[in-house]
Amino acid sequence: MVMKVMSADHSVAHGVRLARAEVIPAFPITPQTLIVELLSEFINDGELDADFMPVESEHSAMSAAIGASAGGVRAFTATSSQGLALMHEMLYAAPHNRLPIVMANVNRSLGAASGIWLEYNDSMPERESGWLQVYIEDNQEALDMIIQAYRIGEDGGVMLPVMVCLDGFVLSHTVEKVDLPDQEIVDRFLPKFSPLDVLDSEAPKTFNAITPPDYAMEMRYRLERAIEDSKTVIGRVDSEYGEVTGRRYGGLLDTYRMEGAEIALMTLGTATSTAKVVADRLNEMGKKAGVIKLRFMRPFPGRELAEITKELKGLGVFDRSLSFNGFGPVFTETRNALNSAQFPITNHIAGLGGRDVTFEEVKSMFDIVERSARGESYRECNWHGLRGVMV
Amino acid sequence: MSDAQMKTIKDMPREDYFVRGHGACPGCGVAVAVKNIARIIGSDATVYVPASCLIVFSSLYPTAAFKWPFLYTAFENTGAVISGIKAAYRRRGKETTVIGMAGDGGTFDIGLQALSGAADRNEDVIYVCLDNEAYMNTGIQRSGATPFGAWTTTSPVGKKIQGKREFKKDLGAIVAAHGVPYMATLSIAHFNDFLKKVQRAKEVKGFRFLHILTPCVPGWRSEAAKSVAISRLAVETGMWTLYEIDHGEEKLTYKPKMMVPVKEYLQMQGRFRHMSEEDIQKLQAWICEKWKHHYYEEIPVPPCELEKGRKDLITDEDPLHGV
Repeated sequence: MVMKVMSADHSVAHGVRLARAEVIPAFPITPQTLIVELLSEFINDGELDADFMPVESEHSAMSAAIGASAGGVRAFTATSSQGLALMHEMLYAAPHNRLPIVMANVNRSLGAASGIWLEYNDSMPERESGWLQVYIEDNQEALDMIIQAYRIGEDGGVMLPVMVCLDGFVLSHTVEKVDLPDQEIVDRFLPKFSPLDVLDSEAPKTFNAITPPDYAMEMRYRLERAIEDSKTVIGRVDSEYGEVTGRRYGGLLDTYRMEGAEIALMTLGTATSTAKVVADRLNEMGKKAGVIKLRFMRPFPGRELAEITKELKGLGVFDRSLSFNGFGPVFTETRNALNSAQFPITNHIAGLGGRDVTFEEVKSMFDIVERSARGESYRECNWHGLRGVMV
Repeated sequence: MSDAQMKTIKDMPREDYFVRGHGACPGCGVAVAVKNIARIIGSDATVYVPASCLIVFSSLYPTAAFKWPFLYTAFENTGAVISGIKAAYRRRGKETTVIGMAGDGGTFDIGLQALSGAADRNEDVIYVCLDNEAYMNTGIQRSGATPFGAWTTTSPVGKKIQGKREFKKDLGAIVAAHGVPYMATLSIAHFNDFLKKVQRAKEVKGFRFLHILTPCVPGWRSEAAKSVAISRLAVETGMWTLYEIDHGEEKLTYKPKMMVPVKEYLQMQGRFRHMSEEDIQKLQAWICEKWKHHYYEEIPVPPCELEKGRKDLITDEDPLHGV
């Protein structure tokens, strides 16, 4: 065990090194680039025995990762924003071919009102693709989840790609203390990748033939089932990782001060840390406020959420992206999962385009949740931190 | 190596890795090319096929015409996927031939970027471009490979504009500019040359590019029995040139005795039927330039003084002519 101070991008790279990824096709994009730069250094310094493939686009990065994974080796790539959008087409090939590629997506806003700053409108639309998606809160979790992602994705009952999403700049370029587990511990936790079906000239198999309507629907259903089944694997892997490293993250979601809580805010990513501090202050003031940290967007923990929110009187859902003319995606999924809930559920949009999500804003989210819980009138979708426009 | 001794069609192995039962049209140049490449390469290979006629007629679940490990994912990524597959074999310590088989649309146009990337990185793979000069799988649309004047559904013969107005992209020059270890152009009518080039591609290390003209019966509006004859005439007229570049050394592997006027080639295909004399002359002038570039030989435009019905040119009955 070695403690080091590093950015989350570097933490991801160390996770990839410890997971012994073998083929790494990658293309630079801010704020992801630190990951592939450090991986290149590991390889050139002989600290990681892997093939770095400097492809000419993110589309090719995912294509090459698919080729390598179908060829039976552990593949990794990393991207952000526009790069993820360029990969969009290829993302859909990995889940159905049951290829457990791991990819770090350093969240950054996508499209016009252009910028390089944090927003979840790059990865949220990809929750339809069949990839598992986990959102992380700190640099340690970044490293730990890369290692866990391979273990989850490569599980025989799962065999799915995993996207590890981390906040651009807020995490990617911010240094924190990170514990690097010993290689032996990781090796024991994450054995060599040996899938049943691989491209092998000694035992030829056809991957991804054109699939007519007679067969395609059943394949969709099997993928759906595999994603649902990954829930138990995620929980088990979290416990086993906890046993060897002492760090548990709660699996699909984590809770903070939820015991006896009357109101709660559900967050994901780094906003969770801010929400915890605000919840502490509210509790000091005698309010029973808790925080739900959503970790996995896919599989979405619908039943688990219903269980932990049973006693609530009001729930707010934070979203760092928006489905235009509607709500944030986390809210939509949450309200759908809690459709029989007897308490009001409100949506709180903040931090778009990389704007800071401040204590004051999170406090204003809790205020709305509290008022809604008291039966006062409330708006379903609330924007926080807007400047110069009428709300 | 016994493989390296294959000199003529008689030496060809009989074992098929692209087997009967596939759904290609009668006379499909792609099927002829793929079947024979597979025979020459042999059992130890893995193939990636992007969106194309070939994916549809070779691999429709639950059937498979390739006896090789096979993968398909998308249209524009052949260069990238074969790079990944090869990397996996390398990591697993296994020597095998990794082949991508893309169409002209998937190579000249949408796949050009991934092709360039793989060539630039000198990936140890064989990239085969099966060039039927249009997007045939989607119903005959113009590509960068479509020749000047040709009718396609997106270069229709209208009252104002007739056929494609641009000349065929010189893909060979683009690939050659990457300095790849081996590249060659092939014809299904020049089989000994075909055999030699596929064998050479198999033995060379690094990026190898095989570009094959593959006549398309429905797309070229030609007779199924004439695909080989059309291929031969493509070479005799200069529409297609057989050459290879082996580690920088450029070599013409076949030179017609005399240039045949392009009109003879055009007459065999309905896609050119509408062409005006003026357009035919334009295409002929383009060929003469190309001829000069490849064969260092000035040909006056038009080469009408060439005799018709020459004895040394048989463009029909005998499919093995020129072997």
